[in-house]
Amino acid sequence: MNKYIERIYNGIWKENPIFVQMLGLCPTLAVTTSAINGLGMGLSTTAVLVAANILIAALRKIIPDGVRLPAEIVVVASFVTIVDMLMEGFVPSLYSSLGLYIPLIVVNCIILGRAEAYAMKNGPILSAFDGIGMGLGFTIALVLIGSFREILGAGTIFGVTVTPASYQPISIFILAPGAFFVLAGLTALQNKLKAPSATNGSAKKKGKKSACSGDCLSCAGHVEESKEEK
Amino acid sequence: MMKELLVIAISSALVSNVVLSQFLGICSFVGVSKKVETAAGMGGAVIFVITIASIVASLIYDFVLAPLGMDYLKTIVFILVIAALVQIVEMFLKKCMVSLYNALGVFLPLITTNCAVLGVAITNVQSGYGFVQSVVNGVGTAIGYTIAIVLLAGIREHMEGNDIPYNFQGSPIVLVTAGLMAIAFFGFSGLL
Repeated sequence: MNKYIERIYNGIWKENPIFVQMLGLCPTLAVTTSAINGLGMGLSTTAVLVAANILIAALRKIIPDGVRLPAEIVVVASFVTIVDMLMEGFVPSLYSSLGLYIPLIVVNCIILGRAEAYAMKNGPILSAFDGIGMGLGFTIALVLIGSFREILGAGTIFGVTVTPASYQPISIFILAPGAFFVLAGLTALQNKLKAPSATNGSAKKKGKKSACSGDCLSCAGHVEESKEEK
Repeated sequence: MMKELLVIAISSALVSNVVLSQFLGICSFVGVSKKVETAAGMGGAVIFVITIASIVASLIYDFVLAPLGMDYLKTIVFILVIAALVQIVEMFLKKCMVSLYNALGVFLPLITTNCAVLGVAITNVQSGYGFVQSVVNGVGTAIGYTIAIVLLAGIREHMEGNDIPYNFQGSPIVLVTAGLMAIAFFGFSGLL
């Protein structure tokens, strides 16, 4: 398979950031109240991811190892600011419904994780494709979760009513607790199917452990171990 | 004035709880809640860092960014300030307050990537809070985080010996618990 296509396949399917790596849970839970919010969040994250991956890959030989993380954060934060301003100008309604979560793309583990794990080691073009793959994987996952919650919780999808009039929407699914229940159901399903996922420890661990190497749900294990050693 | 501050504190700590209704800091919420003791340590460290971060971020915004019209730089400036601040706090505690460092030290690096800290700083700016309101909102949010994580840790300790269906062992049952807690926290919305 072509190595560029392989990157996209890898991001969407093999190492899907949400379903397999369980990265970026804050936006996953917060903005998936509807399919359109999931799509908006996914695409804005994709834009930041691709742009940051290209720039970091281009600068990877110039950035000194000691200031690697701060330099990456500045690059990511700059692109987030650009996306933030563009969204405020062109899609104000989506901007107001995503609100706080747009600036918080900066601390999304997926972006720093890809910069650390991929863009610092590969050229700009490959990194761009990696960003596109990961971003699309993230977008698809957010849209799927968003649609699921929107159908159950409001009886609509992308704002269009799809359920029969007799269906009484279970509105808790578009409220905060619903987000936890949907994610719980998803991870339980992965356990049942023994699907590769960070939550049941079967996803492959790659690359060095950095500030955030993913696997949020079990990252505390290291904290408790290091505390006991002391 | 006092009434307004009280409303901010209650709303940030209970009504719109940072973890259970805004989903900030989910990683550490699920990750560091295996034991009540560690959860309380993490909560203490978060209170400490968010309080200092909201003080510093508010001062920088009021005296540097707003007067110079560089409002748009807030995301970049805040994330760098918070990252640097956590490092400085860690070094300061290590030198000067060893007992506090031993209690909170291991959690400090984890907090840099905790989106709750940046979230509070940005919320303060977006809601147009002044200095005092920002600090109250910061402390309230951090206390809300601590309440949620200590409660979750308490529930998880009790669940340890329970017979949980195989598919729900590990993170799924924690997320179900968090969902039930979120429902319980809905009760607080009648407070305001």
